[in-house]
Amino acid sequence: MSLLDRFRDRVGSGSATSGDPLVDDLRAVLSPDRVKTDGAQRSLLGKDASVFDGGSAGPICYPISTNEVVDIMQVAQRHDRAVVPRGAGTGLAGGAIPLGAPIVVAVTKMRSIGEIDEANGVAWVEPGVINLDLTRHLTPLGYHFAPDPSSQQVCTIGGNVANNSGGPHCLAYGVTNSHVAAIEIVTPSGDVVMLGGLDPEPDGYDLRGIFIGSEGTLGIATKVAVRLTKNRPAVRTLLLSFASVRDAANTVSDVIAAGIVPAAMEVMDQRITEAVENYVGAGYPTNAAAVLLAEVDGPEEGIDIDADRIAEIGRANNATMVRVAADNTERALLWKGRKTAFGAVAQIAPDYYLHDTVVPRSALADVLDEIYAIADRHDLLIMNVFHAGDGNLHPLIVFDGRDEGVLERVHAAGGEIIEASLAAGGVLSGEHGIGVEKQKYMDRLFSDADLDHQNRLRRAFDPVCRANPGKILPMGHSCADIQQLRSVPTGVWG
Amino acid sequence: MTATLRNHDPALDEFAREVGSEGAVSIAGNRTRWDVGGPLDPDTRVLSAPTGIVEYIPEEMIVTVRAGTSVEELHRTLAERGQWTALPERGGTVGGAVAVGQNDFRRPARGDVRSAVLQVRYVSAEGTLITGGGPTVKNVSGFDLPRLITGSLGTLGCIAEVILRTNPIPATTRWLSSTNADPFAIHAALLQPGPILWDGTTTLVMLFGHEVAVAADIDRLRSLGTFDDCAAPSAPTGHRWSVPPAALSDVAALNTGAFVAEIGVGIVHAEQPQSRPPLDAGALLIHERMKAEFDPTARLNPGRTVGVR
Repeated sequence: MSLLDRFRDRVGSGSATSGDPLVDDLRAVLSPDRVKTDGAQRSLLGKDASVFDGGSAGPICYPISTNEVVDIMQVAQRHDRAVVPRGAGTGLAGGAIPLGAPIVVAVTKMRSIGEIDEANGVAWVEPGVINLDLTRHLTPLGYHFAPDPSSQQVCTIGGNVANNSGGPHCLAYGVTNSHVAAIEIVTPSGDVVMLGGLDPEPDGYDLRGIFIGSEGTLGIATKVAVRLTKNRPAVRTLLLSFASVRDAANTVSDVIAAGIVPAAMEVMDQRITEAVENYVGAGYPTNAAAVLLAEVDGPEEGIDIDADRIAEIGRANNATMVRVAADNTERALLWKGRKTAFGAVAQIAPDYYLHDTVVPRSALADVLDEIYAIADRHDLLIMNVFHAGDGNLHPLIVFDGRDEGVLERVHAAGGEIIEASLAAGGVLSGEHGIGVEKQKYMDRLFSDADLDHQNRLRRAFDPVCRANPGKILPMGHSCADIQQLRSVPTGVWG
Repeated sequence: MTATLRNHDPALDEFAREVGSEGAVSIAGNRTRWDVGGPLDPDTRVLSAPTGIVEYIPEEMIVTVRAGTSVEELHRTLAERGQWTALPERGGTVGGAVAVGQNDFRRPARGDVRSAVLQVRYVSAEGTLITGGGPTVKNVSGFDLPRLITGSLGTLGCIAEVILRTNPIPATTRWLSSTNADPFAIHAALLQPGPILWDGTTTLVMLFGHEVAVAADIDRLRSLGTFDDCAAPSAPTGHRWSVPPAALSDVAALNTGAFVAEIGVGIVHAEQPQSRPPLDAGALLIHERMKAEFDPTARLNPGRTVGVR
């Protein structure tokens, strides 16, 4: 039987109503109200926050315990169905889009914050806990969870683990992989396995490290030991304005070259700054070509040394204005502006496509010039708001999907942005992942032999491609072949 | 000048030819951790990895270095630009440090080895040069081969070259010693404690950062005991234990014999070896499959098993 036939077979031919043996088996192990098969739910969970459609959800399960996830995995095995884990669905690369009507395991009801183990510096949480809820819970105890993606008000810890999520403050503190000590997972074979541990050098291969960022293809996280980061007593937030994006980018590069690693360095161009000002009135200057939001934190003593040095480097790069947030209110407002940037663009056009590439910091200015030129060539409006300190670009193409032919231009421009980033020595994704969005570019970064080794890693966890098939690796590399099932045969879970 | 992912390097090609695709093979660095993982099978060909710093870009905080280069040489070069890496300084090579994956005893000030390896190039069991990861600090482009290879003791591939993240050396570092301060109270009192070493009697603590911040930390410590300046210690020796940091509050219960504990981290350098439980069945299954996938004929570093200390 060919691989494709096997997958077709796995898609099954049951209807969406009860009486389907798969649904009956799932309802037998969960309570019936936590297995959804109605069209509205399946349509909703067939998508994520990306522009990609074509997803097709099978039955949707809402487990509330590790044991229930094991039960679901065993049912999936019996019926030879794929399983796709899902958090809040805020992913931007299509990583949670179900392909070929798999069982969708939504962990959003697994949202309890368990033991806060200060002596070991961790908190045990379930995967459905919302990122910001966790930090709010920890703040009175003097801690926070360091990764702070823009979606932190809704995204889940399970999703953060799946995408190795970052956020503005990961410049100094590192991305999710640096903030997770251990993960309990249910493997695609249905085993419960603890990856990593509370001790600093657990035995064996670093399965914890490779699970993080694997986009749900190696199993389902059911408990996560997140590291507690002590809150910083002192913070300085600087707002610098520039007459050109290049000056802002060069400032960022020079700060790092000077041996300073600020907590965050974010750049916004004029178009996005104007949108944000209209939206929340954060206090950004709208007449500057670019603004740089730089933050340093730590003990009160010595903090102004770094803040002053950043201001000085900014001035040396022609900053037209340097302002330090006077108090917490002003600081919070500046960050609100940055974090609502993507919401602010809704007033400009109904749709946007947010890209995510990483380039060497020293190449930022040149790549940005190229990105603006790409937008001009395709007659598109493009805005830039990005984690400049990491070289992590987030070009935002703003458009109205009702315009004829616009999607083709958006995708063409997106492809050119990726090529420009790779040509500058960059990589495909800094924090959004590969999902279905960038599979076709993987062979631009890696050889066939490299991709074969990535696939071997995957097979060690999941020899039959049960978990989230059709993601990350491009066509022709094993599990990816299920991609062809995006068009599910008529009469089944379509 | 920017780092490129797959710059052609004849030295790596030659290394791949040496490793070849047949016969048991092991890579030796300076053999500072040669016994980790158990004894090497006899009749195994022992090779050396290529040497040399390929490219150092201080403003990007990355360095590309061949695996056979000594950590000492690497850090000497980086120090000229005020940087270092997380790799332990104990006489070994870059490839050895990455293959073993153990952290320096100054980890709280230097970071951990596994987060420092951004890209790895290794020769597979089939004799092919494989690249995983990329030259940027932030990267989620596919499965994380650098994390898999780091700490894998050469059982999955022969490390040829890595790109490492570098970090600025702090403006000031100071080591202090105390015989009457509670090491756990020191850890709790400092916002970003450096390494804290404790042998049951004496505590050594490293403070780092701006001079004024270090001075303020010293003021904070005064309420906890008497502290004197001391010389930077050399790396503790002995059997290496890894325990949850909370377990250090009752070291006696661990039966380590004489010890030096890394407070807040959980590494103990001890007279007695640590007895560790085997991996549970589910984890073991993944390990066995991983080994079979990457080294189907079991020719890479035979005799060595990850997890054997």
